[in-house]
Amino acid sequence: MATTTAPPSKPPVRRPPAAPKTPMTRKRREALAAYAFLAPDLLGLLAFVAVPMVLALGVAFFKVDGFGNYQYVGLANYRLMGGDDQLWASLKVTAIYVVSFVPIAFVISFGLAMLVRNHFRGIGWVRSAFFLPHVVSLVVVGLIWQFLLVDKRGAVSKLLAPFGLGDVSFLGTPSLALGTYVVISVWFVMGYQMLVLLAGLKDVPKELEDAAQIDGASAWQRFRFVIWPLMRPTSFFVVVNSTIGAVTGLQAFDLVFVLTKGGPARATSTVVLYIYEQAFTFNNLGYAAALTTVVVAILVLCTGLMFAFTKGGRFDED
Amino acid sequence: MRTRFFPVLAHLLALIAVAPLLWVLLSVLKPAEDVFSFGWPSSWTLDNLQYVLLKFPLPRFLLNSAIVSVAVTVIALFFHSMAAYALARLRFPGRGIIFSGIMSTLLVSLPVILVPLFLVAKQLNLLDSYAGLIVPSIFHAFGIFLLRQYYLNIPRELEEAADLDGCGYWRRYWSVILPLSRPVLASLSVLFFLANWNAFLWPLTITRNPDLRVVQLGISGLQGQYASAWNLILAAAVIAAIPTVVVFVAGQKRLVDAMKTTGLK
Repeated sequence: MATTTAPPSKPPVRRPPAAPKTPMTRKRREALAAYAFLAPDLLGLLAFVAVPMVLALGVAFFKVDGFGNYQYVGLANYRLMGGDDQLWASLKVTAIYVVSFVPIAFVISFGLAMLVRNHFRGIGWVRSAFFLPHVVSLVVVGLIWQFLLVDKRGAVSKLLAPFGLGDVSFLGTPSLALGTYVVISVWFVMGYQMLVLLAGLKDVPKELEDAAQIDGASAWQRFRFVIWPLMRPTSFFVVVNSTIGAVTGLQAFDLVFVLTKGGPARATSTVVLYIYEQAFTFNNLGYAAALTTVVVAILVLCTGLMFAFTKGGRFDED
Repeated sequence: MRTRFFPVLAHLLALIAVAPLLWVLLSVLKPAEDVFSFGWPSSWTLDNLQYVLLKFPLPRFLLNSAIVSVAVTVIALFFHSMAAYALARLRFPGRGIIFSGIMSTLLVSLPVILVPLFLVAKQLNLLDSYAGLIVPSIFHAFGIFLLRQYYLNIPRELEEAADLDGCGYWRRYWSVILPLSRPVLASLSVLFFLANWNAFLWPLTITRNPDLRVVQLGISGLQGQYASAWNLILAAAVIAAIPTVVVFVAGQKRLVDAMKTTGLK
């Protein structure tokens, strides 16, 4: 079966008509031009992405203070981690966050995508409405929800007051804060995931569904046996992306930084926030770099496992 | 009955999704003492918005954000389209490796390289400067990838005509490819503008000087200073969000196209 999301293939390479004349010089000129065109971006990516990646590994072996003094300490930074209770607490927060956020966001986004899949009156506004929270910055999102969740006087408390929940402090109670953060993240992300899934749904051939319907398949069966299998590559993309975003994306930093600063009682302190604090509040840049390498290793392991379990997301090629 | 039910549900859910945003907008237009009052404003006022624009350095924050987002967007589009042109159209040794190398950086997000990137920026004397806000934000593989995909689909004949006219590679890129890529450049500019206007972590990390504060940094700072003056904090937040909503509404179709392409990768 053809993949639903094949990237456009390269057009066949064709020799330019002028080639026979002076093949060597023409070839070299083309290559030189190419390197010149590539130079600005390559140098930039090298300096601001590749070098930092490598540097992270190097710096992890040093003790670096706020004044930029480096002192080689070997594996000391890694040994520190064992006894760092706050690190383990942060890893737990991130783990709980990922395990709850990723599935909830996926299911809701998929539901929304199915809901706005076929045309109806006002579909344009409905799609935009779901996407709108994603347009606003995470800082603004954090501020908005802080306001809506202000204890007792906030809109949410007033809405819940008739149910006897008017006194609940969603951001002030350690056991509730992380859940609140998950809900807000889902609200922020669902419109984006909906759009990506919607693009995947567009590639599901209508004829297959019609055929299933004629054969007497119920709506659920059509979803389960026609749409779902064909959507697996897109779903895989969304879930992997969403996991990476939940662990190391901006939503793991900006939102908690504004919303709770990791509190109360560190209940929402994500790993990314903790690393930031180690680096820029406590000036332990070397330790922070070491922590980064560990988080990246965990992330690579997790996505690797996901790939392994799903045969690289290419379910349709087995 | 079914066919009626789902569209109604969709409209209802859409309303719930935007309710928090609408609620905040409404609250900002209420007099300060009514900011927590439940319901329609008893009287409408622009006082909150006026106050933050005149009494806070908000215009300065907005200007900084505008300078940074526009500069990053323009430079990034220029660089990325050049790189994408070479990757899509020119033949040279190492093309495959260079392309895979660029793509592999797609997985790297800012929080992952924050600490070493800060050290690099420090070495390059980029701390507390516009250059520091702008330059490291330019380089991202996503734009290169999207433009390359687009260029692969431009018919070669158009370029060959220019070739026969004796145009060099630069002229072909500048006079043939660039004008043809207006739609994709427009999509990307919406995306880049939004991402940079909304940027928070990098500006937070490398600027200390209050004059260099971008708007997201500025409004998050108000939270500490004016802890309970919610009417003012929200007014500033609304002003910070207006450009993004305007750009979204204006460039919606383009943005959606670009977003879909990410999924189609």
